Amino acid sequence: MPNNELVEVLDLDQYKYDFRTDDKPVFRTEPGLSEDVVHAISAHKEEPEWMLEFRLKAYQLYLRKPMPTWGADLSDLENVLDQIYYYVRPQDRMKNSWEDVPDNIKTTFDKLGIPEAEQKVLAGVGAQYESEMVYHSLKKEWDEQGVIFDSIEDGLKNHPDIFRKYFASVIPPADNKFAALNSAVWSGGSFVYVPPGVHLDTPLQAYFRVNQERMGQFERTLIIIDEGAQAHYIEGCTAPVYSTESFHSGVIEIVVAKNARFRYTTIQNWSNNMYNLVTQRALVNERGTMEWLDGNLGSKATMKYPSCYLVGEEAHGSILSIAYAGDGQHQDTGGKVVHAASHTTSSIVSKSISKGTGRSSYRGLCKVYEGSTSARSNVECDALLINDTARTDTYPYIEIEEQSANVGHEATVSKIGDEQLFYLMSRGMSEEEAMALIVRGFIEPIAKQLPLEYAVELNRLIEIEMEGSVG
Amino acid sequence: MSDDAILTIEALKADVAAEELGILKALDLQVCKGEVHAIMGPNGSGKSTLAKVLMGHPGYRPTSGRALFDGSDLLAMEPHDRARAGMFLAFQYPVEVPGVSIANFLRTSMQSRLKEGDDLDLFDFQDLLLDRMKLLEMEPSFAERSVNDGFSGGEKKRNEILQMAVLKPKLVLMDETDSGLDIDALKVVASGVNTLRQEDPDMAIVLITHYQRILDYITPDVVHVMVDGRIVRSGGPEVALWLEEEGYASWREAEEQAAAI
Repeated sequence: MPNNELVEVLDLDQYKYDFRTDDKPVFRTEPGLSEDVVHAISAHKEEPEWMLEFRLKAYQLYLRKPMPTWGADLSDLENVLDQIYYYVRPQDRMKNSWEDVPDNIKTTFDKLGIPEAEQKVLAGVGAQYESEMVYHSLKKEWDEQGVIFDSIEDGLKNHPDIFRKYFASVIPPADNKFAALNSAVWSGGSFVYVPPGVHLDTPLQAYFRVNQERMGQFERTLIIIDEGAQAHYIEGCTAPVYSTESFHSGVIEIVVAKNARFRYTTIQNWSNNMYNLVTQRALVNERGTMEWLDGNLGSKATMKYPSCYLVGEEAHGSILSIAYAGDGQHQDTGGKVVHAASHTTSSIVSKSISKGTGRSSYRGLCKVYEGSTSARSNVECDALLINDTARTDTYPYIEIEEQSANVGHEATVSKIGDEQLFYLMSRGMSEEEAMALIVRGFIEPIAKQLPLEYAVELNRLIEIEMEGSVG
Repeated sequence: MSDDAILTIEALKADVAAEELGILKALDLQVCKGEVHAIMGPNGSGKSTLAKVLMGHPGYRPTSGRALFDGSDLLAMEPHDRARAGMFLAFQYPVEVPGVSIANFLRTSMQSRLKEGDDLDLFDFQDLLLDRMKLLEMEPSFAERSVNDGFSGGEKKRNEILQMAVLKPKLVLMDETDSGLDIDALKVVASGVNTLRQEDPDMAIVLITHYQRILDYITPDVVHVMVDGRIVRSGGPEVALWLEEEGYASWREAEEQAAAI
């Protein structure tokens, strides 16, 4: 195995970022995927037999399942999938050099006002970070309450019973091609368990944890919020994720038990060579509440539809999502709500912004099974086009088998108009400032749901994205 | 040209950008500091076009003549530079900006006037905003609402006056501010304008209107009658009263006769 190179991935990347390479041995599988690769991953992680079998079965499913022909254009993806490395030991990923990080990423970090030490962590070139201190003191608090917040690998090792009970119970490998792929080669991600009745005031932030072990391209997260418990999990950050890989396919599984309440917040900003195909789903039991707050920026193509399966009476699911498609990007996002019990309620609010040659699609499903009486659902999707070349589409799927269901759908498309710009400019704002303010107003209903520091960063990021949009 | 002139317009002609349709036909006007000029005229006379051309609306194109604002060549400036130089247009139809609070909108407007790299002091701004709202007898909660989003006609116009009060322009163009207002709302808006005039006696106003009514509350120094892209008569407040009785018909007839000759 030619293991003298660390991060050579695709020619595309080499060309784009002009990486130099380190001369260090690392553990990494062969490029491309085979049964041997799956064996190697499982062996390297010292997994129990059942997980190896699970992976191998999933791999077969992956081979059999066809590539989706809907959503974003994935015609180039087959080539990508033949060439990538499916597993690189996480600690070996971090040894890029700061000098290798592209200037545009550094500039964005600077504009966001992120301190250099933190920038290096975000760029995957630094390991130490002051927040580890914060993390450790929080961890002590969590331990005392019986809360588990670990890497997915440690979850499997240290909590095998609970892990096995829930793993792949919400998203089985057969769900879709990329869920199958993830199930075969997953690596990295979080394992969270919140015991009955425990209310966590401080959000669980993956941000702290991934500094110790970088999130992989096949991240797998399993979260269980037990009866009557409440928690908020925050993943990612608005600063651009600088990755040498060009494919990310995560699986996020969540179980919300009876009377429990959970919010999952994620804002992701991928570099623009990235295919980002994620399956995230929550199973919500009786009177439980699940809230997805999902932000997607960057990437080449994103397909991501956070879902709530409402399986207990009076369960509630809410999905707030925002997507920003810049030049050459396609954000195919939305949400799915499945009502499989009576008196369940759901709402989807989806906002997208498309600029330049960017394209955003809202794709959503609202399904009400027969017998799920008095279910209520409301879907609202708003698209904002920055200029004439941008594109937006809406694909709402509504499947109602129950007479008593009450389902609403509303969609709007607006374009920043001359009158609106003129109004703001007549108050002294330049055209760019005016556009950025209009966009900020557009996303405000979602931004105000974010923790303050994330909202500020998101706004700042949109401003940066809007620079150069005039002309 | 007077030393006190804030706005001087000479032989200004303008088209709608999309078509070569003369809207302004060699218009002359001089406004001095502290003066209130009313421009009255029938529908389609070019009154609102004049306001938009002066503010730099992209839908209109000046074709000849010139306009000086505070000594600068107005027509060469971008709309935001005109605003930063001290010009303010109170819109006939203020535009909605959903999700942006009035406070945020004004803070951004103020920030945009500063030099690059300078930051607006947020506490100073907050003090200024509260002071302005107190002056205009407005509830502070008004500034938390999204700009013009779901506002009544009266609220929209009051919002324009609040913006004027915060931005403190040298010259205000009021484009049919009275249209769509009932008499109570009109009085509130007019009293706001008068309060700001008292505070800054140098502030000049060009007040565009169909009706004499608003002039009962904001007394003009000069009244101009505009017909078919030109100012056809200028005089004191008596012109407005006379116009109220006679209507615009006599000019139309005169125009038609002139055209026939």
